[in-house]
Amino acid sequence: MSTNTARNRISYIIFILLVTFAGYYINNSYYLQVLTFIGINTLLALGLNMLMGYAGQISLGHAAFYGIGAYGTAILTVHYHLPPWLALPGAIVAAMLVAYIVGIPTLKLSGYYLGMGTLGFGMIVNIIFREWSSVTGGASGFIGIPPLELGSISFSSTKNYFYLVWGFVLISIIICRRIIDSRVGRALRSIHDGEKASAAVGVNTSRLKLQVFVLSAGFSALAGFLYAHLVLFISPGTFNFIASIRMVTMVVIGGMASIWGALLGASLLTLLPEWLHAFSEFEMVVYGLILMTVMIFLPRGLTRGILDIVERAGKKHDQ
Amino acid sequence: MLRIKNLKCYYGRIMAVKGVSLSVKKGRIVTLIGANGSGKSTILEAICGLLPQWEGEITYEDISLKGFDPPAIVKQGISLVPEGRLVFPPLSVLDNLKLGAYTMYRKRKHAAVKQELENVMSLFPILHKRAKQAAGTLSGGEQQMLAIGRALMSNPRLLLLDEPSMGLAPLIVEKIFQILETLKNKGITILLVEQNAQAALQIADHGYVFETGTVVLQGPASDLLEDQGVKRAYLGKDYGEFYDDK
Repeated sequence: MSTNTARNRISYIIFILLVTFAGYYINNSYYLQVLTFIGINTLLALGLNMLMGYAGQISLGHAAFYGIGAYGTAILTVHYHLPPWLALPGAIVAAMLVAYIVGIPTLKLSGYYLGMGTLGFGMIVNIIFREWSSVTGGASGFIGIPPLELGSISFSSTKNYFYLVWGFVLISIIICRRIIDSRVGRALRSIHDGEKASAAVGVNTSRLKLQVFVLSAGFSALAGFLYAHLVLFISPGTFNFIASIRMVTMVVIGGMASIWGALLGASLLTLLPEWLHAFSEFEMVVYGLILMTVMIFLPRGLTRGILDIVERAGKKHDQ
Repeated sequence: MLRIKNLKCYYGRIMAVKGVSLSVKKGRIVTLIGANGSGKSTILEAICGLLPQWEGEITYEDISLKGFDPPAIVKQGISLVPEGRLVFPPLSVLDNLKLGAYTMYRKRKHAAVKQELENVMSLFPILHKRAKQAAGTLSGGEQQMLAIGRALMSNPRLLLLDEPSMGLAPLIVEKIFQILETLKNKGITILLVEQNAQAALQIADHGYVFETGTVVLQGPASDLLEDQGVKRAYLGKDYGEFYDDK
């Protein structure tokens, strides 16, 4: 067993233990719900991190896939009376299909232009959610989404939903880790570092970028599915441009090209608004200041920044 | 082995290569020399499928490369060492080398990849020592060795090198060129683009001199080394003598 595999296994075990302890000891449903939202946001950040952090392609429209996952399951379960677990693959496949169709022309762009292209796509999808009232419920939202059940297990209890979401997070982390450690992961990182050199070694860069775009859309759709069946009501505002920017911020703040960075970024961006209620009307000002401070002092994100601090402390201690 | 006929390459509307014809015979080192912007690197990019806009004929082992994308070119047995080395800085030396065998992994040739890795490591022992180090932390010479090693990982029959001496100390350049001779002795055909005409012509069998997208002179490398025009323009020798003769 390689050092990497051993390290990964240890981190998975620690992860499972932490989730189990949190689920066992925390009985306050507000805290459990916040932790559940962290899990959903982690799924969003994980997918976007594969695209942005590893492949180096920016997307400012990923909330669209989050929305397609949520609206997809809502439409399939409410309008077509499909059981939610059958709607799940439908919602994910729909988002991935849209990503595939949109990705072919969009991913020919790069840098700012790719950002603008994806931003435009996100806005169009949001307008569809808002204006196609007969199907999506329009601006007033989509009501009546059924809660999740699995046999005799009901996920209307906050604790069960917490375990469900974090179970999906664990599976997603393992999938991402396996991709990153494979030849495909190396190829993704090579695209980030130099597309020309990557192509020169035989990587089909356009195909790989499209594949990772589709994969990240799938993760966003999964998060959308879990969100819809948690809150049981969705509206276009949740999946707008601001939501896309929040997803990008989670990845950047947590640390690009880091699985655990996605988790840290999602945690910070979910917890901050909860902690900052005390500042009432100044909440957003303090929120912005904190993000600015993190970026100024830890420009490579929380994960790398914390590791650097630990390394420096270790060196000081040795001296 | 490689035959180029009336090649015209474009960057948008600008024609960078204006009807070049050349050939590279199996087991030889052929060099393209000339000033910056004379179209040498553009030809390498066209061969590798990195430049989609070109007209004319490029045939490799009697197969036309028209419409081939870079992965297909690598699978044909052609590998490029790009200008400026372009190693992947945050990846380890080992990961950089494994990336060179990307198309082989696809065919599940794990044993072959391992063999290539051993071959490259024995050719460049320094890479073995630095296997776990991030490529960005290597010196310029080591990075060039890594770039060549990465290109060799796909087990190419034709190796294209774009300015391998760029920015390197003379001693390192000498070492790199010795390695190219070793590769030639192993049966690898080499097409070398260089501004260091002296060093390139010394190891090459044949040379082409480029100016503004066209071949202005060609011949055996030993003849080019003695050519007064080449000496004057590219080797920095006998300028006064040549000028006086005129």
